[in-house]
Amino acid sequence: MPTIAPVEIDGFAVRAGFLKDSAYFASGEGEVLFSGRGETRLRPHKAGLLAAVPSMDGSALVTSGDDGCIYQFGSDGAPALVAERARKWIDLIATGPSGAVAYASGRTAWVRLADGREKEFAHERAVGGLAFAPKGTRLAVSRYDGATMWWAGTDGDPVDLSWKGAHLGISFSPDGKYLVTAMQENALHGWRLSDAQDMRMTGYPAKVKSFSWSVKGKYLATSGANAAILWPFFGKTGPMGQTPLQLGARNETFVSAVACHPKEDVVAVGYQDGMIMMCRFADNAEVQLRRPGKGPISTMDWDKDGTRLAFGTEEAEAGLISLQD
Amino acid sequence: MTATQDASAQIPVTVLTGYLGAGKTTLLNRILTENHGQRYAVIVNEFGEVGIDNDLLVESDEEIFEMNNGCICCTVRGDLIRTVQNLMKRKNAFDAIIVETTGVADPAPVAQTFFMDDDVRAAARLDAVVAVVDARHVLQRLEDTEEAEDQVAFADVILINKTDLVSSEELANVEARIRSINPYAVLHRSERCGVEIAKVLDRGAFDLDRILSLDPHFLAHGHHSEECGPDCDHDHDHHDGHGHDHSHGHHHHEDTHSVKSISLKAGDLNPDMFFPWINQVTQVQGPNILRMKGIIAFKDDPQRYVIQGVHMIVEGDHQRDWKESEPRESRLVFIGRDLNWDVLKDSFAACAAQ
Repeated sequence: MPTIAPVEIDGFAVRAGFLKDSAYFASGEGEVLFSGRGETRLRPHKAGLLAAVPSMDGSALVTSGDDGCIYQFGSDGAPALVAERARKWIDLIATGPSGAVAYASGRTAWVRLADGREKEFAHERAVGGLAFAPKGTRLAVSRYDGATMWWAGTDGDPVDLSWKGAHLGISFSPDGKYLVTAMQENALHGWRLSDAQDMRMTGYPAKVKSFSWSVKGKYLATSGANAAILWPFFGKTGPMGQTPLQLGARNETFVSAVACHPKEDVVAVGYQDGMIMMCRFADNAEVQLRRPGKGPISTMDWDKDGTRLAFGTEEAEAGLISLQD
Repeated sequence: MTATQDASAQIPVTVLTGYLGAGKTTLLNRILTENHGQRYAVIVNEFGEVGIDNDLLVESDEEIFEMNNGCICCTVRGDLIRTVQNLMKRKNAFDAIIVETTGVADPAPVAQTFFMDDDVRAAARLDAVVAVVDARHVLQRLEDTEEAEDQVAFADVILINKTDLVSSEELANVEARIRSINPYAVLHRSERCGVEIAKVLDRGAFDLDRILSLDPHFLAHGHHSEECGPDCDHDHDHHDGHGHDHSHGHHHHEDTHSVKSISLKAGDLNPDMFFPWINQVTQVQGPNILRMKGIIAFKDDPQRYVIQGVHMIVEGDHQRDWKESEPRESRLVFIGRDLNWDVLKDSFAACAAQ
C-alpha cells in the first residue's frame, strides 16, 4: 500500500522532486525545503520564487525569483548566485548538459555556461519557454509563431521553426528527434527535427501545462483534459495519424500535472481537486495514491528508482508518497 | 455564455488607462498610499520617471496574442497572462491587482485577457477600466489619436483630472465631449487625482449583477440630456426614426470623431430571435463594438437577463426576478465605431416577442 508523508510548505508548490535521495519542495512564497536525512529550509530569494529546475545531473537545484536573481544550490549548500538581471522577473529556467543554465525574461533569453561565459539571445516577441536538447549545448526557445533553436556554446546559425500562434512550454524528446510545444490555444505542436515536419496534437478542452516523457521517450504524457493524454513517439512517424492513450479518465475533473515513472510504463496523474492516481499504459489499471485535497496538483516528480513520488499543490499542500513500506 | 465563476475566489483587477501625462501614476500612487486595508500587486508597462512605491511591482512588455480562431479582434495580452500566473504563485502577498497601461495601449486586449484565457479567468476578474484624462489636453488628444478615443469609449470610470487648469466653460466642453463618446461611464472631476478611492476601485463594472446599479443613467429612460452640455449631439431619441449618424448630413464638428453610442429599447423579446441576433451582430460587427451592455426581458421569463460584451466576446446570465414595480423593458447599449446604427436598431426591434 502506498503511504503518504505530508510535508509543510509555505505557499503554492512551484516545483517538487528529488536531488539524489533528498526530496525538494520549492514554494512561490520563496521557501525551498529539502527533506532527506533531516530537514533543511532555505530562502534564497528576497521575496517570491518563480521557477525551480534541477540540474541535468541531478546534483543541484536552480531557482529564479522576482528579485531578478538565479541561484544554484544542493541540499546541503548555501545558494550561489548564478546570474542577476535587476528588476526583471525571471520566470523561465532550463538546465542543460555540462552545467549550462538558460533563463529568460520578456523577449530575451540568456545561457550561462559552467565556465562563466554568458550568451544573450534576443527575440522579437516574448520567450514562452526554454529547453535544452539532450545532447550538445543547443537551446530551443518557444516564442510567438514558432520556436528557435540556438547554439549556446558556439556561433552556429540558429534554426527557426514556424507555426502560427503563441508557443509556451517546450520540450525535446529524450532521443532529440522531436521538439514539442504547448500553445496558448488548447493544443500541442511538434516538429520532427530531421525534416521540420509539423505535427499538430489537438482536441484538448484546456491548455496543456504539464508534460512528461515516459521511459525511453516512448510516450509524451500531457495534462489539459479529464484524462492524461499520452501521445506515442515510437516508430518513424511519431504521433502522426495515431490515437493517444487516455489514462485515468474522470468525469468532470481535469488533469493538472503528469509525471511518468522512470522505469515502468506507468504515469502518475494529478488532478485539479488534488487527487493523484497511478495508471499503467498497458491496461489502464489504476491505483489511487492520494485522495482529493484543497487545491490542484501543481507539481510531481519521481525519484530515480521510481519508489517515491514528491508532489505539491497550488494551496500549499505537499508530501512524499512511498510505494514501498 | 454563462458567468459561473466564483467571484469571491477571484482577485479583482483594475485597469488604468490614459495617455502620457494625464495623471495615471499620480492616481496609482494615491491608491497605493491612501488605502491601508488592501495590498496591491501592480503591473506596469514600463518603469516611468515617477517612482511607484509598492512591494509587488512588475514590469510587463505588451505582447499581443492573436487567437487562432480567425477573429482579428480576438486578441489577448500574453504578457498579462504570464504575469497573472506568476502572481498566483504568491497569492498570499496581495489582495488585488492594478494594471497600468501605456498611453497608447488599446484597452480591449487587456480586458479580453480576463475573459478569454481560462487560467486568468479562474484566478482573476476584471473589476473596471478606469481612464484618466487631462482636462486641459483631452480635447486635442481626442482630435489627434484614435487611442485616446478608445480609452474614453472603453472606460467604466473616467477621471477628468487637472480641472484646476481649465475654466468652468472649458470643463463643460470637455465633459460634453466625453459624454458624446461614452454616456455610460461614471465621470469624476479631480485635481491631482484627488478622488475618493472607493469611486475608482471595487466597481464591479464587468460583474453582471452590478452592471445596472453602476449605471444610474441606464435606467433613466434612455435619456442622457441631464448629463450633456449644450454641444452634445448624441442621439437622445432613437425611436424618432431619424437623427442617426451617417446619412443626414446635419452633424457639425463632431463628425471628426467616429465613436458613438446607441441605446436600444424594446419590450419583451423572443430569445429564439435575440440570441442568434446578438451572436451575429458581435460576429460581424465585433471589431467595431468597443463595449456592449444590456438588460433583457424575455417573454414568459420571470427573470431579468443581463448581458455584456467586449468586441466579439459576449457574456450573459439570468440575474434576478423582475420586481413588481419595474417595467419589463429590454435595454441594450452599444459603444462603437462605424457601426451601422440603423440596421442595429431595426434588427433589434425584430427580436420583439410577438
